[in-house]
Amino acid sequence: MSEKKKRSFRLPNMTSFFASMISIGIGLVFGLILLIILNPEASGEAFVSLISAGFRSSDKFAKVLYQAAPLIMTGLSVAFAFKTGLFNIGATGQYTVGGAFALIAAIQLQQPWYVCLILALIGGAFWGLFPGLFKAYFNVNEVITSIMFNWIAMFAVNLTINNLPMMLAKYWGGAQMDRTANLAQANPSALIPRLGLDELMNSNYMNISIFIAILFAIVAWIILSKTTFGYELKACGFNRNASIYAGINAKRNIVLSMVISGAFAGVGGGLYFLAGTGQYTLLKQLLTAGFNGIPVALLASSHPIGTIFSALFVSYIQVGGDAMQPDFVKEIIDIIISVIIYLAAFALLMRELLTRRSMLAHDAEGDTPLPPADPEEKSEVSES
Amino acid sequence: MNDYVIEMLNITKEFPGIRANDNVTLRLKRGEIHALLGENGAGKSTLMSVLFGLYQPENGTIKKDGEVVRIKDPNDANALHIGMVHQHFKLVEVFTVLENIILGVEPNKMGFLQRKEARRKVVELSERYGLKVDPDARIEDISVGMQQRVEILKMLYRENDILIFDEPTAVLTPQEIDELMDIMRSFAAEGKSILFITHKLNEIMAVADRCTVLRKGKCVGTVDVKDTSKQELSRMMVGRDVEFVVAKDPAKPGETVLDVENLTVPSKLHKNNAVKNVSFRVRAGEIVCLAGIEGNGQTEFVYALTGLEKPVSGTIKLKNECIVRLAPRGARRRRGEKTNAAAKERAVKQINAPIRARSKLGMSHIPEDRQKYGLVLDYTLEENLVLERYYEPDFQNKGFIRKPEVRAYAEKLIEQYDIRSGQGPVTTARSMSGGNQQKAIVAREIDKEPELLVAVQPTRGLDVGAIEYIHKQLVAERDRGRAILLVSLELDEVMNVSDRILVMYEGEIVGEFDPKKTTVQELGLYMAGAQRTQAGSSSERKANSDV
Repeated sequence: MSEKKKRSFRLPNMTSFFASMISIGIGLVFGLILLIILNPEASGEAFVSLISAGFRSSDKFAKVLYQAAPLIMTGLSVAFAFKTGLFNIGATGQYTVGGAFALIAAIQLQQPWYVCLILALIGGAFWGLFPGLFKAYFNVNEVITSIMFNWIAMFAVNLTINNLPMMLAKYWGGAQMDRTANLAQANPSALIPRLGLDELMNSNYMNISIFIAILFAIVAWIILSKTTFGYELKACGFNRNASIYAGINAKRNIVLSMVISGAFAGVGGGLYFLAGTGQYTLLKQLLTAGFNGIPVALLASSHPIGTIFSALFVSYIQVGGDAMQPDFVKEIIDIIISVIIYLAAFALLMRELLTRRSMLAHDAEGDTPLPPADPEEKSEVSES
Repeated sequence: MNDYVIEMLNITKEFPGIRANDNVTLRLKRGEIHALLGENGAGKSTLMSVLFGLYQPENGTIKKDGEVVRIKDPNDANALHIGMVHQHFKLVEVFTVLENIILGVEPNKMGFLQRKEARRKVVELSERYGLKVDPDARIEDISVGMQQRVEILKMLYRENDILIFDEPTAVLTPQEIDELMDIMRSFAAEGKSILFITHKLNEIMAVADRCTVLRKGKCVGTVDVKDTSKQELSRMMVGRDVEFVVAKDPAKPGETVLDVENLTVPSKLHKNNAVKNVSFRVRAGEIVCLAGIEGNGQTEFVYALTGLEKPVSGTIKLKNECIVRLAPRGARRRRGEKTNAAAKERAVKQINAPIRARSKLGMSHIPEDRQKYGLVLDYTLEENLVLERYYEPDFQNKGFIRKPEVRAYAEKLIEQYDIRSGQGPVTTARSMSGGNQQKAIVAREIDKEPELLVAVQPTRGLDVGAIEYIHKQLVAERDRGRAILLVSLELDEVMNVSDRILVMYEGEIVGEFDPKKTTVQELGLYMAGAQRTQAGSSSERKANSDV
């Protein structure tokens, strides 16, 4: 029996982990090379701050956690859809709509934070519904629809907020015309609670959003790995034909998967805007947080628990990058960070490389040989 | 010493937890057809992959013409004139035949492709060996048989003289198999040496000179085919005597379980219907076989029966429960109808039950394409074994999968049906051998205790041991009072297992036979469309089966 337990040790998970680690390593080396090329004298010091700034002080660490929370959510969004065989590139739109729902609830409707967060979830889910419906019933590629819906989300939100005077900072005595009100002024009860963590870590950024995000990651993991619903979703993702054959309603699952995926991104938007440290700005550009969910998910090999750590890593590098100022200008830092993140997202490629040998084996094999011991055991059993 | 072109001496190849080849020795003579026989998973493909440079053996040496060689990758193998036709072809789907053949060794002048020269050489080769191909057809448009000829031409184009065929006949029709045998003989006559992986004994007896038998990774021995028999070979391969004919008592048919009436199914390939007005019944305790040459509507019929595709019209009843009731289109959508009768007919509810409902009513389906429909390859064996039952209270509680129960159930099936795999219940289905994948599906479908078992080519690609096993299971299920609809292309299987045979030709049932009173030749005529039972047979058939 103990031998059987040993055999059940699953290699693929370890491979994924190593693949992510190697990718991160490659990403960091590339970052270093870029630093050396751009400014050789300051590069050493800059690299040290890049990789150590996040741990240097408690307020820096608080910022890592603060930035990681929405990233975990958008990462989860992308990862969850991946598991069902869908590519949700619309996390940005869902994030935007979720954030907008939360802000409208907070400022216009003066609701407490948890109501706002629930509305963020509904907003994101609502925005995920459309690409899901189009995919399931008209077989329109979800990538195309969700990209379109990113833009629709942004303009619709801008339009709505522009037409709700109470939403804007100016209404509450702020100076800027182009952004939403500061929540501390407009409705402090809508701020995500800090529970004294801000004082403990000596940072304005600290609140419980990281815990909320981790909770969602655990929920996603439980859905995917423990429930019949998750079993169905993954079956659809791995092999649509076989799941139809087994009587699973694939269309329903596609829609639900996109709705849940959207809900995660929506909560991400809620967490970000309800922190009170960032305001929604009326610009004609898509928010990057949604897109950053893609490398987060890839780096985690779409594992929900993995997204917690990969989001923390991405956030950590961003905080580290900020610490490289003023030796490097903001744009250069952005380039370096993106190089690191995107190389890190090669985890998938790495995993492929690591498993290539065994993949080749399967291809060429057709029939994988048996452990010599097994059949003999079996035949004894069948004789008795 | 120089008798042998290739010698593989004491080859040992290990995979984690498995010794795939254990001290195997194989010697290939010049100009011979040498068969490599073994069960699914005996290590045949591994041994050939070692020879072709896909794997490095832990131990042992390979000699070519008496000299030790090292084959690190397929390019080395190519340089030694070793070529291989894989079981699953390695062709570029969107390239033409010609492009595929020259791929990697394109004749060129200063980087410009010499298409004319290439074409000349390919056409010449194809004519010389009677390998008919259209050089300009795309791979995705041509039949599997022609794809295989392309693979063979690839080897010839590279001037290989040691040719490895990995289960080449698994995908071919009987006529194509005969052609392939002739081609292999002509290669041998020219002095090329052929290694032929198979588990079909008939083919070995027909074409091979010598045969090496592997069992569980070990070499059982090499024999001259002319001095041996099918029985002896199968004993060497399986380690016991194998019955080629399933022993079974006469069927004792009971109530009608499946009642198909006037079923018409559309075709995806052409505008005509693939299945035309088919009616028949299957009763409890009998095996009815739907025989026919591939592409005569059997696949579409099964899709409509199991709910994968929607028929145009017709009725299907399972245990007197209507699972399909579709009126012909004309009757459904007639405008301005006045008569009561027409209105009534229209008022009848159209039914096309979802797959899950059919499954719950007691329909089991062993699908034709096990990797496309039968398994989620990236799921583990245990997850696949509950693919149609995970929602039952036995395996879930308030939406949470009861892992211990699933594990216990999987272990029970694995033991009961002797499904072999590297890591038991947690083995990924993808890494299992084809035979064991099929066994897993059979186990799952039979253990559902179905009223009706629809088995489509359940033994395709399996070795004699596994075939014997599955046939016995089918007969055992019949004897337990299940209705079984077997769809098969193999005439041996049709004659052997079934109690009634229905021959399908161009979407229609053209004849019904009793296997005891008919011959393979007679069936063949009907299958080829040369003969058919006279019109009105459909109702007669029903009358007969009602007796």
